[in-house]
Amino acid sequence: MNIKALIKDFRASAVVTIILGTVLCGLYPLLVWGIGQLAFHDQANGSLVRRGAKVVGSSLIAQNFTGERYFHPRPSEAGDNGYDAASSNASNLGPLSKKLHDEVKTRVEAYRSENDLPPAVKVPADAVTASGSGLDTDISVENAQLQAPRVARARAMSVEVVRRFIARFTAGRQLGFLGEPRVNVLLINLALDKSNKK
Amino acid sequence: MHAAGWVQLAVFTVVLLAVTKPLGLYLMRVLDPAGQTFLEPVLKPVENLVYGCIGAEGTGEQDWKGYAGSALVFSLAGALFTYALLRLQQFLPLNPQHFGALSPDLSFNTASSFTTNTNWQNYGGESTMTYLSQMVALTSHNFFSAAMGISVAAALVRGIARQKTRLLGNFWVDLTRVSLYLLLPLSIIMAVFLMSQGVIQNFSHYVTAHIVEPYTGKTATGQKLISTQSIAMGPVASQEAIKELGTNGGGFMNANSAHPYENPTPLSNFVEMLSIFAIGSGLTYWLGRMVGNQKHGWSIWSAMLILFLAGTMICWWSESRGNPRLTSLGVSARQGNMEGKEARFGAFDSALFATVTTDTSCGAVNSMHDSFLPLGGLVPLFNMHTGCVVFGGVGAGLYGILIFVVLAIFLAGLMIGRTPEYLGKKLESYDVMAAVLAILLPSAVLLGFTALACVSTWGLAGLNNTGPHGLSEILYAFTSCINNNGSAFAGLSGNTLPYNTTLGLAMLVGRYFVIVPVLALAGSLASKKAVPVSSGSMPVAGATFILLIIGTVLIVGALTFFPVVSLGPIVEHFLMVHSTMLF
Repeated sequence: MNIKALIKDFRASAVVTIILGTVLCGLYPLLVWGIGQLAFHDQANGSLVRRGAKVVGSSLIAQNFTGERYFHPRPSEAGDNGYDAASSNASNLGPLSKKLHDEVKTRVEAYRSENDLPPAVKVPADAVTASGSGLDTDISVENAQLQAPRVARARAMSVEVVRRFIARFTAGRQLGFLGEPRVNVLLINLALDKSNKK
Repeated sequence: MHAAGWVQLAVFTVVLLAVTKPLGLYLMRVLDPAGQTFLEPVLKPVENLVYGCIGAEGTGEQDWKGYAGSALVFSLAGALFTYALLRLQQFLPLNPQHFGALSPDLSFNTASSFTTNTNWQNYGGESTMTYLSQMVALTSHNFFSAAMGISVAAALVRGIARQKTRLLGNFWVDLTRVSLYLLLPLSIIMAVFLMSQGVIQNFSHYVTAHIVEPYTGKTATGQKLISTQSIAMGPVASQEAIKELGTNGGGFMNANSAHPYENPTPLSNFVEMLSIFAIGSGLTYWLGRMVGNQKHGWSIWSAMLILFLAGTMICWWSESRGNPRLTSLGVSARQGNMEGKEARFGAFDSALFATVTTDTSCGAVNSMHDSFLPLGGLVPLFNMHTGCVVFGGVGAGLYGILIFVVLAIFLAGLMIGRTPEYLGKKLESYDVMAAVLAILLPSAVLLGFTALACVSTWGLAGLNNTGPHGLSEILYAFTSCINNNGSAFAGLSGNTLPYNTTLGLAMLVGRYFVIVPVLALAGSLASKKAVPVSSGSMPVAGATFILLIIGTVLIVGALTFFPVVSLGPIVEHFLMVHSTMLF
């Protein structure tokens, strides 16, 4: 390859990067931003949830709950204390990892004692394993059901009423066959707080 | 393995089939310099402006050396541009979080990674990259590397279709037309859809939320009450769309498509998977059109589909069973292996995504492959070992599978004792050598670097897991980079000088030591005269041909990588089933 061809190619590279770059890296994201702010304002800005004027979180992002009155989210490996929405992460532990085994063992014991489960009842996998993002705001329906008696007791509500909340906040499979049925932890907890102030 | 999963797999296949022909026909217009598309009123002036600035002699048809030269120079220029932006990002606008510059080795790794369509990420996006770096330094390559892949595939297919010429088309014309008429409109549609599902698109500071139940957390200096949550923001949707359509795979956020802001719902997940396959699938139809043998295109499509379905089912079967180490602790096996998976996706959507993303050179992930059960993790690894040729990286999948087709026809020719012949063109030693070079050289570098890392302090220092899984982490990293995939067994800490360097080099080898032989093959095929197909010609459509391609892909993958894989995931599987060992 001769020098003249090389220079020509570099010139063409610059032309393409500048002109197409302006369209693809400038106008395109701005166009999407404009459409988003007009048509999907809530979603494009993070599906934030407010109580009064205060932002309390995002309906798509997990936050930690440890109190008895609340449904608890899945374990999180995001950031140093988990649930760090500026530092999504997973454990990345392999299936035969001793660390994983020990962590899950601790979580299983904690889950059993918190929720007063008899030994015969199996613990749902999502309740004791860390999610992929560390920000998974959903739990499985059986996980929610097992937590319901504890939440009801702490709030002096009947278990039946709490189960009705679970039914209300259960999202089924999308279009009937996509994904898994699940319960949004932040939204159900906020709804419980609203109905049962104490 | 539940009914909803089977239904989704069937629907996914049918929708993929349905988009293949329309996309293939649209590609006919895009990849023909004189082709007309509905976007011309808006984009033709931009296209003409590019040609005007390059000059008439720069936009004429090129021979394979000219085409390859332009592709290489463009890559070099793009990599330098990105390197500079990443080193200088702290001085540039759109940096509300005040992030500093990246280190020289991380900048090299990232520039290689995005230029080569790999999108391996030795950094966490939301804690490292400014919005400008994401939008310009990285997203530009998401478009250009994808467009380059399709352009090179187009040059190869022209080489097959044409005869007695040296000309394969013009790189700049192909690149421009693919970017403007194919990738841009699809990305806009996709980005808007993703926002409807909850993907964000803004330029705000990270949001501070006052959480419902403050709690006590650890800090470096002791304990403190945590009462707020800082939520990462950014122009995600526009990058997410091209990330999948261009089979790039580099996430805006560290958790990639597992992050709720990148992939909030099962429907967004379905569409993301479909868009990873869509263009690669359409290209097989376009191939059939170009060579005047539609059955050939569909036969390649069918071979890909069979490999895809087989991989998905193995991975799903593996992940839908619980991890026996955890079920023995009283964990229910009903949901399958949930470590590193999202509740909205579960075992099936995670297994399907993992297969799709490694069948292609995408590398986006919606679950953490590092935490898959051994055989579940073997599927993505094997998909990449065979070159990511199942629908494949956009363009790269097509030229990758055509390399296998050349090899398959050569092997069949040896078996029946005839001169191998592909679509009327005699395959001679130069052609077969180019094909074999494109397969052997990357594999040799892959295994060489893996071996080097396994016996080096720096290699072992990065491990998050030990035992056979540690080997899998290293092997996965080099496999992913060589095949320009970018997914990871993400426990590996790759942001060190030796890993950044070796992985960065692996990506360059895996990209350009394939592209150059492919273009050489294209040049050679273009110059040949086609002889009429006779009863003695090797059929390039139908069941025998499909089996031949699948067999070649499996044999090459298995022969090259079985020894190392047997020391990683396979031995780990037997340890899991037949022992109680932990590492």
